[in-house]
Amino acid sequence: MAADEASSPGLHHPLWVRAAHWIVAASFVTLAVSGTAILLALPKLFWGETGANDAPAWITLPLPVDLEQTGWGRNLHFASAWIFATFGVGYLALALLGGRLWRRLWPDRDQVRLSHLAGEVRAHLSLRGDGAAATAPRYNALQKFAYLAVILLLAPAMLLTGLTMAPGVTAAVPELFTLFGGRQSARTLHFLSALGLVLFLGIHVWQVLANRPGLLLRRMILGRARRESAP
Amino acid sequence: MTDLSRRRLLVGASGLAGLGLSGCDLLPEGPQRGGAYGISDWLTFRAQRWLMRHQPLVREFGPEMISAVFPTINTTDPDDPAYRRSKEAGFSDWRLPVKGLVERPTAFSLADLKAMPSRTQITLHACEQGWSAIAQWTGVPLAHVLAAAGMKPEARFVVIRTVDGWWDSYDLFDALHPQTILATGMNGGPLPVAHGAPVRLRVERQLGYKSLKYLASIEAVDRVDGLGQGRGSMVGELGFSWYAGI
Repeated sequence: MAADEASSPGLHHPLWVRAAHWIVAASFVTLAVSGTAILLALPKLFWGETGANDAPAWITLPLPVDLEQTGWGRNLHFASAWIFATFGVGYLALALLGGRLWRRLWPDRDQVRLSHLAGEVRAHLSLRGDGAAATAPRYNALQKFAYLAVILLLAPAMLLTGLTMAPGVTAAVPELFTLFGGRQSARTLHFLSALGLVLFLGIHVWQVLANRPGLLLRRMILGRARRESAP
Repeated sequence: MTDLSRRRLLVGASGLAGLGLSGCDLLPEGPQRGGAYGISDWLTFRAQRWLMRHQPLVREFGPEMISAVFPTINTTDPDDPAYRRSKEAGFSDWRLPVKGLVERPTAFSLADLKAMPSRTQITLHACEQGWSAIAQWTGVPLAHVLAAAGMKPEARFVVIRTVDGWWDSYDLFDALHPQTILATGMNGGPLPVAHGAPVRLRVERQLGYKSLKYLASIEAVDRVDGLGQGRGSMVGELGFSWYAGI
């Protein structure tokens, strides 16, 4: 173990993290696709309890209206949602209980100093990955903020706003309406959270491609690969 | 919005005991489909039925919340000769047969239904297309109509057919819920034709596609897997879930 660590610096991922990562990622992609299919029936967003085609909308999205995609969209969406929720909640429980969230994702004291953060922002704005991030002993602060936002804010918001649109759930838990300010507000927040996650996904993939994609992908698939070469 | 403690009211004495049913009888498996979507449907159905095990009521609003815009979709004026004749006669000759597993098969007139104890509720209608609107609905609880016809103990589902050819089925968990009503009034007036006159169903804990318009008949049955393609509803045959609590 110690030799492996020495020969391949950087962060490794245990099997449960890798499994959760890929399963949640795959289910998110099918959720995004099927969610868009459902959205096409009414590509408008509203605030409050009610909203409809002839009612004033907050935003009309530049998407074609298509009522024929709702059936398969809903089927795929809810099947994917069960997978997303099961593995997402499972990951979060293990990461919280095992302390991984704190150890690996919580920013260290030196990382949240303004001068340090300014340096990180400057480095990111140069848009040049040099591969150093792939073998760093810890995630940088912006990376940690992004992961924490996804795990603690956006993904839970997705799940809860989605449940708020289920009449069978809100019959039992009407407090969800109070939490989000009504069914249409929940629908709008569901869309905005999804947009946040898609944005994250885009940046995440781009960061991998910019920083030794072969090494990072191998680690997220195989874990501590035996034949991994030192940088 | 009225007090949320309303939701803690149970179906209780009036609805269930009147039909000689205990809570356990209300949970037969609904129609199922195979594959991954069948598993997902089953998980959703069971999870929601567990959440609603105390038979909560959905929220009801004050009249100030009634929507100015309430869309009408699918059929908005059935193209059926008998329906048109009845409509011109103000639905005075219209009848709603209640049949199947009942002691006294009866065809109720609109006047019969309006003479029954009615419930008025202002609720949020949510369509699977994404829109939602609030309206006030007035009508007799379906549980009362089924009891009036003497629903037999072996009945487990209620099948409803409509003038425009739709059909759907409901287990007793929803069919006997106090907010499941046969609405003959909307927003203080008679139910408009575009919203399903003379009588539409309201099933408040599921999406709008379960709240059928233009009711033509009500039938109590012990199983629904022999109907049509065995999916339990017309939209089930088009690929939608029979259970629409999500």
